[in-house]
Amino acid sequence: MTKLREQEDFVSGHRACAGCGLALGARLAMKGVEQDSIATCATGCLEVISTPYPESSWEIPWIHSLFENSASVAAGIEAALKAKGDNKTKVIAQGGDGATVDIGMRGLSGMFERGHDVTYICYDNEAYMNTGIQRSGATPLAASTTTSPPGKQSYGNENTKKDALAIAAAHGVGYVASASIAYPKDVVEKVKKASELDGPSYVQIHVPCPTGWGFKERDTIEIARLAVETALWPVYQMEDGQITNIRKIKDRKPVERYLEKQKRFKHLFKKDNGEKRIKEIQAIADRNAETFELDK
Amino acid sequence: MVERRVMEGSHAVAHAVRLCAPDVVSAYPITPQTHIVEKISQFVADGDLKSEYMRVESEFSAMSASVGSSAAGARTFTATASQGLMLMSEVLYNASGLRLPIVMSVANRAMGAPINIWNDHSDSMGVRDAGWIQLYAEDNQEALDMTIQAYKIAENQDVMLPAMVCMDGFILTHTYEPVSIPKKEEVQEFLPEFDPEVKLDPQNPVTLGTVGFPSDYMEIRHEQYQAMENARDIMPDIFKEFEEKFGRKQHSLIEEYKTEDAEIIIVSLGSIMGTIKEAVDELREDGKQVGAIKIKAFRPFPDQELRDALQNTKAVAVLDKNITLGKKGALYTEMKDTLYQAETQPQMTNYIIGLGGRDIPRQSIKNIVKQTKENLNSPQTREVRFVDLKEEK
Repeated sequence: MTKLREQEDFVSGHRACAGCGLALGARLAMKGVEQDSIATCATGCLEVISTPYPESSWEIPWIHSLFENSASVAAGIEAALKAKGDNKTKVIAQGGDGATVDIGMRGLSGMFERGHDVTYICYDNEAYMNTGIQRSGATPLAASTTTSPPGKQSYGNENTKKDALAIAAAHGVGYVASASIAYPKDVVEKVKKASELDGPSYVQIHVPCPTGWGFKERDTIEIARLAVETALWPVYQMEDGQITNIRKIKDRKPVERYLEKQKRFKHLFKKDNGEKRIKEIQAIADRNAETFELDK
Repeated sequence: MVERRVMEGSHAVAHAVRLCAPDVVSAYPITPQTHIVEKISQFVADGDLKSEYMRVESEFSAMSASVGSSAAGARTFTATASQGLMLMSEVLYNASGLRLPIVMSVANRAMGAPINIWNDHSDSMGVRDAGWIQLYAEDNQEALDMTIQAYKIAENQDVMLPAMVCMDGFILTHTYEPVSIPKKEEVQEFLPEFDPEVKLDPQNPVTLGTVGFPSDYMEIRHEQYQAMENARDIMPDIFKEFEEKFGRKQHSLIEEYKTEDAEIIIVSLGSIMGTIKEAVDELREDGKQVGAIKIKAFRPFPDQELRDALQNTKAVAVLDKNITLGKKGALYTEMKDTLYQAETQPQMTNYIIGLGGRDIPRQSIKNIVKQTKENLNSPQTREVRFVDLKEEK
């Protein structure tokens, strides 16, 4: 069994909500980085909960500048290290899904394309949680958020989740992986692999949010696991464009099992035609299962 | 021997950058700034400058990468203009708030719409409140000198603020003039290696860019205000040191030209000062008591220097290559604030000139002086005048 590094780079005392998937995700991710490192962070939950001046939860050098430039700032740090002849220190860029798949996409694309030696970690809680649960490009189909509410004319979010992993892979990024906090060792190992690789790498960690999704704090891990077991969050890794590892699913669960536990989907079980939407979500899961050959 | 060569303003700045030897240059091309970063990339390609050169995908990332680089303790350079400056404007505030001494050339260019690539100062005036030191060059030599001085000011431990060196697009960037290029060793003596007290360093971890709650935000902003005041205090010393080392007269935050007995003083900044000085010379030959003041530093603004220089003059003509819609020219409104504290207050008129690259002949300056003199005898006068508007002909 892999022994986790004892050193904590993201320490307790932060101000995350009880049951926060992101806080766990960040802690695990940092356990994966085994060398000296410098981290950037986009505006969002992680920055707000971990750095209320003059406090800090970071044991490594860390910088936040803006919502949309975590990748670009990280690229600048990497260039500075290179200029100074430091080939050892690792650069980690972090952002939530809004900062990554929406507003920060241009800078992320530039960082990928120029081949900076930066590990980008996206903590995906599927909405703009810190500003009050608004829809992002990573919000799944039919989810209710404060800007995609269900109503007489609406079944919640109208779009399907943007596939940032495919976008990263299309840039020729050497290491691209999805992970889930339901599988902690996998998170640590993937970040370790990503950070050890020369050149850009991308890890997107699914981090359920009890506040935004509407479930009990104690259920964070169960919800995370259900996303994987229903095939709504395929867990896999790509190296040089080839899938080299997939978490297979034994007895794939119907998506209802995942949806019914969250307030953001509860309208689907009450509204007329909600069933139709659930079928569409099931179709997404089925397609994922087929694409990534998830079924054992 | 100091090397003296004829070159365009962009290349003069590129040479300054080569001499300052930043660790990282991060840039995106935009007219009329492009020649600066092209020349720098050539220096890097030829091994004459050993910098990490980041060919970023936008000005937004150019400034963002500069933030990362500078925070990691690397001397950093970038350059931009106009729309590019606006695209990076959000990051400009972070660069200054994080107290990062990045130096940036701004090849001043008008703002759209309508799209216009020619010179005025709408761009840099639009970001005057971003917490950056702002220097304005009159000619190519000054653009080179100011770039070197900007690093020295910005990197001072009591300052630690970013600085922009503004130079008029095309008028300077694309115009050839003789320029003295200092020796590398001399610049290294003047500008030692950048070694900030606070930086991103795994051996001594710090957290930068935290959340500033209402309980602390004002104190942090006040420190930043104080840093700009510190810059005001140290700049004359740095100018003096530069003058002693490189033998070129540097003046203070302003440059006075034939102001001693002047009844009318023209105040402006940038390349137009050359034309103004010539017009002043010609008017002086005709016996007119006219002088000029060049604003070298717009941030920090030279309040006391201007009050001292203008205390005996009757009228001031402020020439703005920008217009704050709904108010007046930016320089003019700041001058008025400055002179409100003065013992005597000269009459002031604001002339808006040269927007979007409109030519400013010497005769226009002479007309301005004539009009300013006429205003002295007229109690009712327009405070803002657009110079050489077609319908006014």
